[in-house]
Amino acid sequence: MMILSGDAPRGWALRGVLIVVTLALALAPFLFPGAKALNVAEKICIYALLAASYDVLLGYTGIVSFAHVMFFGVGSYGVALALYGLGPGWGAIGLGVVAGLVVSLALALAIGLFSLRVQSIFFAMVTLAVAYAFNVLASQLSWLTGGEDGRSFQVPSVLRPGFNLVDGEVFGFAITGRTLSYYLVFACCVALFLVLLRVVNSPFGRVLQAIRENPFRAEALGYRIVFHRTLATCIAAAGATAAGALNALWLHYTGPDTALSFSIQIDVLVVVVIGGMGSLYGSIAGAALFVVAENYLQALMGKLSAGAADLGLPLLPGLLHPDRWLLWLGLMFILAIYFAPTGIVGKLRASDDAAR
Amino acid sequence: MSAIDFGAPLPRPRMDLTPALTPLIVAAIAFPFVGSVSTFVTLTAAGIAMGMMIFVMASGLTLAFGMMDVLNFGHGAFISLGAYIATLALLPLGLWWQADSLALNVGALIVALAAAAVVCGAFGFVFERLIIVPVYGQHLKQILVTIGGSIVIEQLLYALFGPDQIPITPPAAFHGSFLVGDATIEKYRVFAAIVGLLVFAGQMLVLNRTKIGLLIRAGVENREMVEALGYRIDRLFVGVFMASAALAGLGGVLWGLYRGQVHASMGGELLVLVFIVIIIGGLGSVGGCFTGAILVALIANYAGFLAPKLALVSNILLMVVVLLWRPRGLYPLSGR
Repeated sequence: MMILSGDAPRGWALRGVLIVVTLALALAPFLFPGAKALNVAEKICIYALLAASYDVLLGYTGIVSFAHVMFFGVGSYGVALALYGLGPGWGAIGLGVVAGLVVSLALALAIGLFSLRVQSIFFAMVTLAVAYAFNVLASQLSWLTGGEDGRSFQVPSVLRPGFNLVDGEVFGFAITGRTLSYYLVFACCVALFLVLLRVVNSPFGRVLQAIRENPFRAEALGYRIVFHRTLATCIAAAGATAAGALNALWLHYTGPDTALSFSIQIDVLVVVVIGGMGSLYGSIAGAALFVVAENYLQALMGKLSAGAADLGLPLLPGLLHPDRWLLWLGLMFILAIYFAPTGIVGKLRASDDAAR
Repeated sequence: MSAIDFGAPLPRPRMDLTPALTPLIVAAIAFPFVGSVSTFVTLTAAGIAMGMMIFVMASGLTLAFGMMDVLNFGHGAFISLGAYIATLALLPLGLWWQADSLALNVGALIVALAAAAVVCGAFGFVFERLIIVPVYGQHLKQILVTIGGSIVIEQLLYALFGPDQIPITPPAAFHGSFLVGDATIEKYRVFAAIVGLLVFAGQMLVLNRTKIGLLIRAGVENREMVEALGYRIDRLFVGVFMASAALAGLGGVLWGLYRGQVHASMGGELLVLVFIVIIIGGLGSVGGCFTGAILVALIANYAGFLAPKLALVSNILLMVVVLLWRPRGLYPLSGR
């Protein structure tokens, strides 16, 4: 259990769910052929990493940031601008990732030192304002970022859909650049997830949890709160930046909607809360549930809405319209905060404890 | 005859005037850069009107925070809700709205404002009872749960009113502008500024001259002590929260008419501005919120004229500068 940093998921139900999700993601190109299914699998990986890094802040340190997507966007734009400006190449990708990380860490450090000294509620407001300003900047500085249109770019040929690793097929599947891209994303997400797991289970992670539970006491024990909170912010920012860079490589495109939109921030918040705050495994379960629901529940809602419209029911067609799925998610979100603060992970563990 | 007069009021703390003067200083600095007097007057008037509208929204949020220690991230949803209520009130009031009579126009506008305030206040009651009561004293959960509430309200607005922007214009008498010398001042902005000033004066009066205001101020300073004196603080809380939601609705109507359109996402966008204003003003302080709103709006207008690119981040820069000067805002509440 070295690889899981001694924090293996407790409970058979939880383990089962996580093993199924991880295996499904690992074999996604072979289990679920087709462009849409692969997109869904990729989004689950990205959201799991993004949510895990967010959970370091929200669940482990107990501070709410609204700038997490900003860091995601910095990573996205870093890779996009490097590949757009320098042409396809691994060097450009490396440069983009490094530049993104530098910018992200500088921003995180500045925001943290500036606003974490006071109440954590202050941090929430400041990050909201900064993230909004960043979003506006990214869509206005069109000479650099392409404005609202964003930037489309070429990736190295190995990752392009036209590339074939081997001639012919392996077990009846063509190994294309798309498959390789997916495995690049998957491998990086798994590796970074394990790194985050290492972080939260280190002595440093324990201090974060102590700060979450009782800042005064943690300070009295001699831990500098501002330092730990700011470092947690930086680690979370780095995770989000990496997720953004991977997502940009997958999409071959970066724009305000895919990289900086506030709705992504809401999505991540929902994933973490529904998955379970304070446990990184929650982000995997939450991301899988969220993305699958987003892609397949909407179709169901569309049918229900049409059915309600046929029956001539008032209001229901509007409420069940596929675009209104956030409404139901929002309700679930509120209920989760009240009745299941530990989310899916907590529920699965509890059911297992009860059975024992 | 006693030597001590027990009925005498406590000595008033000295009023700190420097922060209140900052808008004047900003205006004085901006003047030579703008150059022309008429442009300067137009910009300043626009800034003051915008500031008043933002103040109406922000004062509700800061009041609720100061009193209840609840930062309502769903405040933006109430702003949107108020604006939508105004579009509904327009339907029966259409004739008054178009009428060629200032009295009828003002009447219609006041009815629309009152309707929005009442409906938002009622919603605030439900919101407080259902969503906020269980999480008093837990900041993290408050933030999350009010975010959840705002998502639900915003989605409900989309479901009820459709996803498109709804155009809305002020009543006929408020179209056009006044001409003061060469400077143009839109009539509607004058009205909005007057409403904002009235709200400010009303809040100051209620807070400083009435029993309720005394209790609210006492509750801000020390909640337990007010409870120990036998007052039902939870009723006070729900009252303050309703007032806060009503102010959001009022501000939403003013802003919707000012922008000429209503959309469910407007509240979320304004919330950013409102947060900046109450951070600058000092969390919980109504007077600071007033100063902060004018400061933010003036700088946004001057910057929009002088350096449009800079205007995008002028609010953030202002916030940074203010917090470097006074880390707890212009008028921080004591005891926090």
